[in-house]
Amino acid sequence: MASEATFNYKVVRQFAIMTVVWGIVGMLVGVIIAAQLIWPDMTAGIPWLSYGRLRPLHTNAVIFAFGGSALFASSYYCVQRTCQVRLFSDGLAAFTFWGWMAVIVLAAITLPLGMTSSKEYAELEWPIDLLITAVWVSYAVVFFGTIAKRRTPHIYVANWFFGGFILTIALLHLINSAEMPVTLTKSYSAYAGVQDAMVQWWYGHNAVGFFLTAGFLGMMYYFVPKQAGRPIYSYRLSVVHFWALIFTYMWAGPHHLHYTALPDWTQSLGMVFSLILLAPSWGGMINGIMTLSGAWHKLRDDPILKFLIVSLSFYGMSTFEGPMMSIKTVNALSHYTDWTIGHVHSGALGWVAFISIGAVYYMIPRMFGKTEMWSTRLITVHFWVATIGVVLYIAAMWIAGVMQGLMWRATNPDGTLTYAFVESVKATYPFYVIRLVGGVMFLSGMLVMAWNTWRTASGAIAYEAPIPAGAPAHA
Amino acid sequence: MDILLLLIPVSLVLVALIGGAFAWSVKSGQYDDLEGPAHRILADDDGARPPPPSTNGASTSLTGVKPGDRTNA
Repeated sequence: MASEATFNYKVVRQFAIMTVVWGIVGMLVGVIIAAQLIWPDMTAGIPWLSYGRLRPLHTNAVIFAFGGSALFASSYYCVQRTCQVRLFSDGLAAFTFWGWMAVIVLAAITLPLGMTSSKEYAELEWPIDLLITAVWVSYAVVFFGTIAKRRTPHIYVANWFFGGFILTIALLHLINSAEMPVTLTKSYSAYAGVQDAMVQWWYGHNAVGFFLTAGFLGMMYYFVPKQAGRPIYSYRLSVVHFWALIFTYMWAGPHHLHYTALPDWTQSLGMVFSLILLAPSWGGMINGIMTLSGAWHKLRDDPILKFLIVSLSFYGMSTFEGPMMSIKTVNALSHYTDWTIGHVHSGALGWVAFISIGAVYYMIPRMFGKTEMWSTRLITVHFWVATIGVVLYIAAMWIAGVMQGLMWRATNPDGTLTYAFVESVKATYPFYVIRLVGGVMFLSGMLVMAWNTWRTASGAIAYEAPIPAGAPAHA
Repeated sequence: MDILLLLIPVSLVLVALIGGAFAWSVKSGQYDDLEGPAHRILADDDGARPPPPSTNGASTSLTGVKPGDRTNA
């Protein structure tokens, strides 16, 4: 039968499975570097395995490989189902998959070799940057091409979030990664000094805002209602949420540069915009959670819904914590401490990973022509192991961070520092152990997911759902 | 802070683009109905069902919902 009669589930299936694979890889590297903070000589001085090289590998793997694959899979699924058409181009969609995988493999090779542009979350060298650009432009063509040929007059709100994320990331990548190549593996940034820092964190925080927030909100607005079998609490609020977030996000970046060479007014501007963001963020969080209003019992025995709803509570927590930490007086305590690491992981594990895991559990059986995962019980096990892991991780880092901040600023009556820096490192030691335990638990949950996915997929045939004929229902 | 000479114009262009997209979405009637779209995605039955063993299943299972297809609950 003509391929136009079915949805393109192939690319969704590929990205969904790779979400699980890269999740395990990225979190394993995270566990290794967490262990290195406890046992610094663990990797016997091998340069490729040193903390400084593995850390960017960890961040790139979890954000762009795990999170990126989840975003590709869910956006391709959502845009096809809500527009009731097959993807705009199967060839380009396949290119986005193989191109993105090539980017990840190249990152996994070059970063341990020490090839880096040294820009946080944009460490990859210029040839890889060019490949990213090609993949991203293809992604935009496939996504917006699909929207353009939609059979439904309305563009569902999740697609607006996905679309905003795709366009903004393209812009951020092009401006931040402007660089002058020297050799094949070395380039220099087009900007220098504080200018570079400003561009870096303009990029860095917007990557958080659009890659790790807007994209995953698109996921939330599709998969929470679908899994709950209920419409979003307020569609009107979701539209307001989108435009408020899009209009106000762009200038939060300077809060990463408080008390630096950045002009004071720019820092304050960043703080004000960060505080403003609390409003749309919480509007979206409440909107998502209240979708279950009157049907809370569904949470009791549906572990996929547990993942989705708990991810929203972590989203609410970290979008409250973030604006608070951007206040300059709070930042004076929190900056450069492990509190920041706790905050990031509350968002990355609690929000981004949980919503992705929920969405992947939703999609995987459908990709193999099944009605549910092989074992619902194992999803429940995954949920509890992961939840306890996140809580251990972030609580340890909160305590460690506040303790470090207080120790660093403590002074004796004569004005000298009470503690040497190394004393704060020593005091942090037990919390690094707790953090490692939390990380190992989260990784174990991903292994359970991989097993469950394997059993769901084994023996099953690759499935392509037919596109419902005629006018979409209730249109 | 010469960099602001780049970043601020970029932001203004972006705001103009977002404003344009917003104006288009309002004018083209995207928000005339702020209830229906939320229900419409639920009407799309994406519960997968395995195709019948021998025949090509896709064309024979265009519509119809099997109980329990939509959620795992």
